[in-house]
Amino acid sequence: MISSSSSRLLDKIRAWLPALVLSPSFAAILLFVYGFIIFTGYLSLTDSRLLPSFDFVGLINYQKLLGLRHWNTALKNLAIFGGLYISICVILGLLLAILLDQKIRVEGILRPIYLYPMALSFIVTGTAWKWFLDPGFGLEHTMQTWGFLDFQFRWIKDRNMAIYTIVIAAVWQSSGFVMAMFLAGLRGIDTEIMKAAQIDGAGNFQLYRRIVLPQLRPAFLSAFVVLTHLAIKTYDLVVAMTNGGPGRATEVPATFMYSYTFTRSQMGIGSGSAVIMLAMIASIMVPYLYAELRQGGKT
Amino acid sequence: MSQSRDNSLPTSHFTRALIYTALLIFAVYYLLPLFVMLTNSLKTLDEIRAGNMLALPRSITIEPWLKAWDSAQIGVDPSGLKPYFMNSVLMVIPAVLISTMLGAINGYILTKWNFRGAGVMFGLMLFSCFIPFQIVLIPMARVLGLIGLAGTTSGLVLVHVVYGIGFTTLFFRNYYNAFPDELVRAALLDGAGFFRIFWRILLPSSGPIIVVTIIWQFTNIWNDFLFGASFADFDSQPITVALNNLVSSSTGVKEYNVHFAGAILAALPTLIVYIVSGRYFVRGLMAGSVKG
Repeated sequence: MISSSSSRLLDKIRAWLPALVLSPSFAAILLFVYGFIIFTGYLSLTDSRLLPSFDFVGLINYQKLLGLRHWNTALKNLAIFGGLYISICVILGLLLAILLDQKIRVEGILRPIYLYPMALSFIVTGTAWKWFLDPGFGLEHTMQTWGFLDFQFRWIKDRNMAIYTIVIAAVWQSSGFVMAMFLAGLRGIDTEIMKAAQIDGAGNFQLYRRIVLPQLRPAFLSAFVVLTHLAIKTYDLVVAMTNGGPGRATEVPATFMYSYTFTRSQMGIGSGSAVIMLAMIASIMVPYLYAELRQGGKT
Repeated sequence: MSQSRDNSLPTSHFTRALIYTALLIFAVYYLLPLFVMLTNSLKTLDEIRAGNMLALPRSITIEPWLKAWDSAQIGVDPSGLKPYFMNSVLMVIPAVLISTMLGAINGYILTKWNFRGAGVMFGLMLFSCFIPFQIVLIPMARVLGLIGLAGTTSGLVLVHVVYGIGFTTLFFRNYYNAFPDELVRAALLDGAGFFRIFWRILLPSSGPIIVVTIIWQFTNIWNDFLFGASFADFDSQPITVALNNLVSSSTGVKEYNVHFAGAILAALPTLIVYIVSGRYFVRGLMAGSVKG
């Protein structure tokens, strides 16, 4: 038997126990995520170069950033890459999902084939596509050995086209995932509505446009948010395929941040670019998560 | 997913043949890079140069695999990928286990012991899943240096645990949300305490979500490149970083066959996990994007 005073203490501990057990994780997140965000945010306002410095210089780094050719290339590339990557993934994913949803007998075999690239590291994907698109080894060489001697495909070596090769590899990696998201959405649609529409004489195309696609709105939204945030974070794939080249033609914000911070010793500017990346992601993630959480709270 | 469903359209034989053809072409598209990697990793360099990448090997050689594994030049050492593969193993096991355990207990607390501020706490943890990690690289490098973990596997474990907690907590929270509160309340009345309820009541029925979380964490951490490239020394580099060094080193002849063998070696653990338990992998993907 425990004495009453110590049992009261035990009660107190018990009441606090859940918060106590959660606190290390939460403290880690506060420090390593939010503390670090503040730290990097502050560095972006200082004259840090090789090492962090705490001399405040205002928004000069952001001003410099806007004038840097490499940064503008990075933003332009992100726009091209992101736009194509997101739209092709969505179109391809939706198409695959609709086709797979037609009572395909071998669905169980096809689905994992469409999805396995998602299990691979971007470095592996990058290696595969880098050589696949390499003129000396890959597609061009192969077509030429087949007798198409004039065949040329050297986008990966071409300053103006290299960014599109990243799109090709990234779409290959993620489109199966988008397919899975849409397929889950399709499987959630009420079949009665479909049947009724069919009886009313709606054609196949009409059926999808009027009934199915509107019901897939949540899946569209999720796919868009996930793909956008992946696009902004894209780093490994670029490193593996082109390492930002030829020249700096495939620079993206993530590679820019890394090279300015760690190779060029412009930590202030590098921090600024990281802050901008965070701001881009937050502007789509925060509203999305907020909506999802509120929705989750209601049901 | 519901079972009794049929969204398929009434179609003719011709349309169905068309659908199957299209699906098959896509399957070829997704399999082609893997096929190229595999076949060319079994060819000699001479055969690669003379032939084309889509041809099957005339005589199969495993020499490129052996070379990729233990004698290819990586950085300054002709060590092959073996030591780096081991680094990844030593990093991924503790990181996955710790982050999964923390996620389980966090999810339990956030759903069954609601206290003031829990919603905000979860929101903050959730957002941490999606930050671009560039925003934490500089301070993290300093902190790892300060606590003496710079360039070590333990340092990488710490990093992966910290930035994995958000996702693992999310997985378990959503799973435990559906777990009946009545069972927890009944156990409380029976005098079961905080840990006992978790251990005896929730954990035994958490099998599926534990598998989903472990697979998710394993895949993410094994495939990570940014943290490995930023925080590891030569002797603690994970395999993704070593593979990139192997493939992008510009000295000498390009040994495509060795590169492909190395790439498959690096992909093998996650591919095996995917083949063995793809269903859980997909569930993790979905849980990470579409909640509720």
